[in-house]
Amino acid sequence: MHPSPTVKKESGALWFLYALPALLVYVVFMAVPVINSLRLSFFSGQGYVLDNFVGFNNYIRLFTDPETSARFFTAFSNTWKFFGIQMLVQNTLGLGFALILSGRGFRGKGLFRTVIFVPVTLSVLVTGYIWKLILNPQWGAVNIILGKLGLGSIALPWLGDPRTALVAVSLVSSWQWVGLPTMMFLAGLERIPEDLFEAAQIDGAGAWLSFTRIKLPLLLPVIGIVTVLTFVGNFNAFDVVYAMEGANGPPAYSTDLMGTFFYRTGIAGQHPVGIPDLGLGAAVATTTFIVLFAGILLVNRLTGERPEKKRDREARRP
Amino acid sequence: MTSRKKIRDAGKPFKYVFLAIWSLLVLFPLWTMLINSFKFKNDIYRDPFGLPPRWNFEGYLTVFSNSPFPRYFLNSLLATILSLALIVVLGSLAAYGCVRWKSRYARWLYLFFVAGLTVPIKIGSVNLLQIMIALGLLDKTLSVVPVYVAMGLPIAVFTLYEFIRGIPGELVEAALIDGAGHFKIYRSIIVRLVTPAIATVAIFNLVPIWNDLWFPLIFIRKDDQRTLILGVTRLFGEYQTDWSKILAVLSLSCVPVILLYLLMAKQFIAGLTAGAVKG
Repeated sequence: MHPSPTVKKESGALWFLYALPALLVYVVFMAVPVINSLRLSFFSGQGYVLDNFVGFNNYIRLFTDPETSARFFTAFSNTWKFFGIQMLVQNTLGLGFALILSGRGFRGKGLFRTVIFVPVTLSVLVTGYIWKLILNPQWGAVNIILGKLGLGSIALPWLGDPRTALVAVSLVSSWQWVGLPTMMFLAGLERIPEDLFEAAQIDGAGAWLSFTRIKLPLLLPVIGIVTVLTFVGNFNAFDVVYAMEGANGPPAYSTDLMGTFFYRTGIAGQHPVGIPDLGLGAAVATTTFIVLFAGILLVNRLTGERPEKKRDREARRP
Repeated sequence: MTSRKKIRDAGKPFKYVFLAIWSLLVLFPLWTMLINSFKFKNDIYRDPFGLPPRWNFEGYLTVFSNSPFPRYFLNSLLATILSLALIVVLGSLAAYGCVRWKSRYARWLYLFFVAGLTVPIKIGSVNLLQIMIALGLLDKTLSVVPVYVAMGLPIAVFTLYEFIRGIPGELVEAALIDGAGHFKIYRSIIVRLVTPAIATVAIFNLVPIWNDLWFPLIFIRKDDQRTLILGVTRLFGEYQTDWSKILAVLSLSCVPVILLYLLMAKQFIAGLTAGAVKG
């Protein structure tokens, strides 16, 4: 919008006033809390008042105290496993769906798109509870169906066994979010000019070659964005474990993630004390923040497009 | 050429089978939830997938007549509507200010807002908890509102800035010549022209706010102040194994969103996909 110079120019202060209310809310409830939480990781204190500067003490406890560090490293490695399963299942499935839906003359695209995306709109807590009921060892649908198929021997207490619990939770999470990578890959595929495929076809390239030589390379930026999204989502994940297993990440901490570990240290208090350690919690949050930051930089370097550019394009789309 | 064409067509049934199985996997849990909420306990155990042999409305009746859930529902409605209204109003004012203010500070201000797109606000939870205590907002439904507004502003400013910048300057000039004040121009021209963008902003904030568990969980412990999703966490303790009641509450908590989604699936998909990228 460029009003011509004939119109009297207003002073800057007026325009700043338009932005002021938003700025206040944004600063007080986002910018300050985020920065302050990083700062608070260097403090300790009683209850909710942190006034005692302790240097790196919280971090030293987090990484070396036998009890705390054991929980931290379990949660940290579980989060990576959670991330790995989602990359493998959710994002591969999403790519598959997008490849099918983007096919020329594929009928029913709108319907399948709507169905695949339904779980994204639902509360993680609610879908977590529903799946918990379905996976119930006594009368849950999964084991009933396995029994009917004659596979009763593998009808396990999926959520109660430390060997299967994390996988089960990750699969439920993949079920819920697969709609997002599907839509992103679909948008990416639809941006590829049709004549590229025609040219490849004339050169005799089949479906597989046109996938590996045209689609995959051109989708690389989207793969990067999907990876970052999954990564950020997993390091913040909390609801799904809270609903299906509980805040302690049972059984035997096998589903404890960074999100649940942070909740216990900084907000709810560790079992059995039940008193939150805000300084330690802030150290957990800061560590998560640093891991996220490093991960995002790495993925951006590897896939070569910055998220802002993608967002720009996204917003410009009608 | 013809042989290749045949091969491709041979893959087609497989594609449909694949998508049909997935669709079943998506709809099956929702179906089980909904259908079992109308069954008696014994019928659930006997046949968890079929239609109810005898319909049982007990669960729904209890939820509506004698439970805190209607209250939770209203709390959620209040928090969501208030947050969305503030995001849209404050966000559009800020975006308008950033567009019209010809100064390099305006650019910085815009970038400062947009920087919030990359920061997960959960990181700030420890300090937010202290702030809520200091403001006396702890244990109040309203405590979540300013946090949601702060969360929603970056994407609102980002989206609306682009749209407002695209409005032709002549429109504003003409209004100025007609003697309209700047605020009048904002109200009667800008807001009207960017209504579609405002709707997008509202949709991609609606779902995460309505479904949020984290902030109600850490701010609100008092019973009558809970949001719907926080209320749902109490289900298993409260109703033990009264499945029809549990399933009635679960169904009621997602049916409004599903209905809204089915009415405007296109906008939801576009909005939520764009909104997710903000992470």
